[in-house]
Amino acid sequence: MLEKVKCECGHANPVGTMLCESCGAPLVSESKGRKLDMRYEGAARRSQTFQRTFVDRIWNFFSSVRNAVIMIVITLIASAIGTIFPQERYIPVPKPAEQFYPEAYGWFGLIYYKLGLHNLYSSWWYIALLLGIGISLVVCSLDRVVPLYRALKKQRVKRDRKFLQIQKVSAELELNGRDGDGLLEVLGRSLEKKRYHVRREQNTLLGEKGRFSRWGPYINHVGLIIFLIGCLMRLIPGFYLDQYVWVREGQTVPVPETNYYIKNESFIKEYYQDNEFPEKLDLDGLVVKEYKTKAVLYKNENAEIPGAEPKLTEVARHDIEVNHPLEYEGLRLIQSGEEENKLQALNLRLIDTATGQHLGDIKLDLLSPPTEIKVNDQVKVQVLQYFPDFALDERKKPITKTTEPNNPAFIVNTISPKTPNGEKQWVFLGSTLTADGKPPVVTYEFEKPDLVDVSGLMVRKDKSLPVVFFGSGVCMIGLIMGFYWQHRRIWFQIDGDKLLVAAHTNKNWFGIKREIVKVLEENGYQISAAQLEKEDKKRE
Amino acid sequence: MSNLIGLSYTMLTIAFIFYCVATIFFFVAVTGRSFRNRTPEQHARLFGRLGYAAVVIGFLLHAVFIGVRWYVGGHIPTSNMFEFMQFLGFAMTLAFLVIYLIYRIPLIGMFVMPISVIIIAYAAVFPREVTPLIPALQSYWLQIHVTTAALGEGAFAIGFAGGLMYLLRTVNASEKSASAAWLEFVMWVVFSLIAFIVLVFYFQFIGYQAVFKAPFQTPTGQVVESEIKYHMPPIAGPKGGQLLTVDKMKPWFEAPGFMKGNQAARKFNTFIWSVVGGTLLYVVTRLALRRRVSSLAGRLVRHLDPDLADEISYRAVAIGFPIFTLGALIFAMIWAHEAWGRFWGWDPKEVWALITWLFYSAYLHLRLSRGWHGKKSAWMVVIGFIIVMFNLVFVNLVISGLHTYA
Repeated sequence: MLEKVKCECGHANPVGTMLCESCGAPLVSESKGRKLDMRYEGAARRSQTFQRTFVDRIWNFFSSVRNAVIMIVITLIASAIGTIFPQERYIPVPKPAEQFYPEAYGWFGLIYYKLGLHNLYSSWWYIALLLGIGISLVVCSLDRVVPLYRALKKQRVKRDRKFLQIQKVSAELELNGRDGDGLLEVLGRSLEKKRYHVRREQNTLLGEKGRFSRWGPYINHVGLIIFLIGCLMRLIPGFYLDQYVWVREGQTVPVPETNYYIKNESFIKEYYQDNEFPEKLDLDGLVVKEYKTKAVLYKNENAEIPGAEPKLTEVARHDIEVNHPLEYEGLRLIQSGEEENKLQALNLRLIDTATGQHLGDIKLDLLSPPTEIKVNDQVKVQVLQYFPDFALDERKKPITKTTEPNNPAFIVNTISPKTPNGEKQWVFLGSTLTADGKPPVVTYEFEKPDLVDVSGLMVRKDKSLPVVFFGSGVCMIGLIMGFYWQHRRIWFQIDGDKLLVAAHTNKNWFGIKREIVKVLEENGYQISAAQLEKEDKKRE
Repeated sequence: MSNLIGLSYTMLTIAFIFYCVATIFFFVAVTGRSFRNRTPEQHARLFGRLGYAAVVIGFLLHAVFIGVRWYVGGHIPTSNMFEFMQFLGFAMTLAFLVIYLIYRIPLIGMFVMPISVIIIAYAAVFPREVTPLIPALQSYWLQIHVTTAALGEGAFAIGFAGGLMYLLRTVNASEKSASAAWLEFVMWVVFSLIAFIVLVFYFQFIGYQAVFKAPFQTPTGQVVESEIKYHMPPIAGPKGGQLLTVDKMKPWFEAPGFMKGNQAARKFNTFIWSVVGGTLLYVVTRLALRRRVSSLAGRLVRHLDPDLADEISYRAVAIGFPIFTLGALIFAMIWAHEAWGRFWGWDPKEVWALITWLFYSAYLHLRLSRGWHGKKSAWMVVIGFIIVMFNLVFVNLVISGLHTYA
């Protein structure tokens, strides 16, 4: 146990104390100058007392406000650098990053990319900075709040004369033969009228209000810590889901990584009409008024049974609009993208090439193509092969690039009275081709294809969200406590034939001086606010 | 409908005039202390009251403007650059009304009201029509988020005015010091802003227009021909541009190629005009004064107690900081969560709100915990407000992101 420092009044203080916890007398030698450090009431802080072991050093590093501010400033500058060019996730074109940055921004863009600044906010060093600030929040708060709490709790009314004299606001007034006891009595009443909590001990009066505002910064920091913990919780598996799903009109698709299915009954895109504005506008093109997906959410009851067919029951129905997502048990589907007029099905007419006779119509669905279509009793069409996104590979073999029907191609076999053994041909988008290149016996004519809109929905689940917003709320409470109230203390002490006046506040000195002037005025002392501050202190 | 809109513009114009009149009253309250047969205190009180009354009237008319436009447009007028900027002027005026009641110093009015006036005039530079709301903005959070953020920023503007007052009072402008030089630089920036507004209005008034055809590379890499309309005589023309309008000035040079974007050259040209105009204005003022501009401004504040300026500035930031946190970060996060599915996405505007917040928290820590009072603290609030304006103007107009519509 370290030795304690004994004050003149007899109280034993922990090492590192600047002002006696009990009477407030300065414990550091006066030769250091008269500058008073009232922060944290001059109480001893761990960081200023122990400086030996490794743990102490770490503690000291993070307990320093100076270091915290340096980390804040570095984070600030780094954040600004990250906005010079768009981050990788905001690249406007589907190009790889290594190609996009130099092409769009030249050599500077190349350097930007090479330094990894295109993913700055998820870089290890940026996250480390944020963590550093977080640790600093915890350590700084603990380092200060404990001694501050002790100091304010133990605070006595009667203070050392020196303590009063070194306050920023302090003055000495003549009693001029007035009864000191009676004067303190009336001063106390004036303070109480101003909602001060007044205590008296012998010849000293202490009026105090708004002490709770001293806890504001700590509550605010606790809020920030909860917020940061909330953000970190997203890293726990199952806490955060970030997916995307495209749903065509009429289609029902599984919602990724969940037991749900989503159906798009219809997608609506509406534009503003000219007569909707109070003034004539010079708009380039149309302005979208609304994106809306009429959606139905289903739950798959068989999700737990491996290999079982999905058994869907409707659980929610909602018109998803921007700003109005579908929400169901923590799952949220948010309107985010759209593609209009995507191919859904090809409509074809079958014609006898020689006679021009109409043999019938078929529909080739591009998402779930039929294997065989019976046109009528005599004619049927077999779908032999289907390439949703047709292309040729290096060996000129037909392949499909994706499963999306961007460039559909079919090989169909037509069985009709004139072609009893079938006639194979390619059906592309808008054209057909037979194997030998000759005109086919049965010609396919293209009708208007079926087009649908596709809606892009963000799929989100964020279990840490309540924590994040709770932290924000706590932070706000702390800020309001700390900034909209002030901790004010006014001391009146009778010393011989003099009245000593001193005051301290953590902010708004203008306000507290005005209050003292009023209180003194009520009790027969005319004094200006300027007189409450000594000349030598002003110069500091 | 359209006559209601016209009425609302009249309201705003009258409000603007009242703000200007208030500025003059405050100016007289500060400078004319030895006028006539009143004591300086009586004089300051009288003109201070007149100024305050003018601000209150202007503020009420301004509120009517906002109300009418809200009613006619169907949404709160904070959805495009004109609407937001005029609202910022409104928020600053509100913050001033509150702070003035606490301190009752006409000097605050002399500094804050011109800032409000400049901001509102700057708002008028942008297209003023009521524009339709895109789906992302159709939410009641538009009212809550934008107004609280603007109120916080309005309080920061008062902090800026207080810091500027402190610097003008304490920095010796005739001295050769870095502080004096930077203060002079701030004056020059203000002159450039005024020059910009005056020039825009002048060329709008005479209806100047020069049209160019120039190749423009879209973000997808295609090169398309686009038409660019200049509303100021082109000093810098678009790269590879062709002047279509006859008998208009030919550009002196072409904008450098690294400036991307369809309108980059036009914005660069406006920037040149503002800088040249501001410098000209500055040089003329300086020649007329035969000393630094900040030394003249310093004379106006010579009766001010610097400690009080320091406190006003800090107080304004202390009032504004929680409001800004609530409006620009917390409400923003809640809305972003609803509209974009994530509460934070590192969009440039979000990042700059975070930067502003980090900057002011650094300021508060340095002040409360490291004892940065006076000059250092005053410079910080000046820089802080520059960051705020950077986010509101530059990030919207130059850096592309989700907020570029505003």
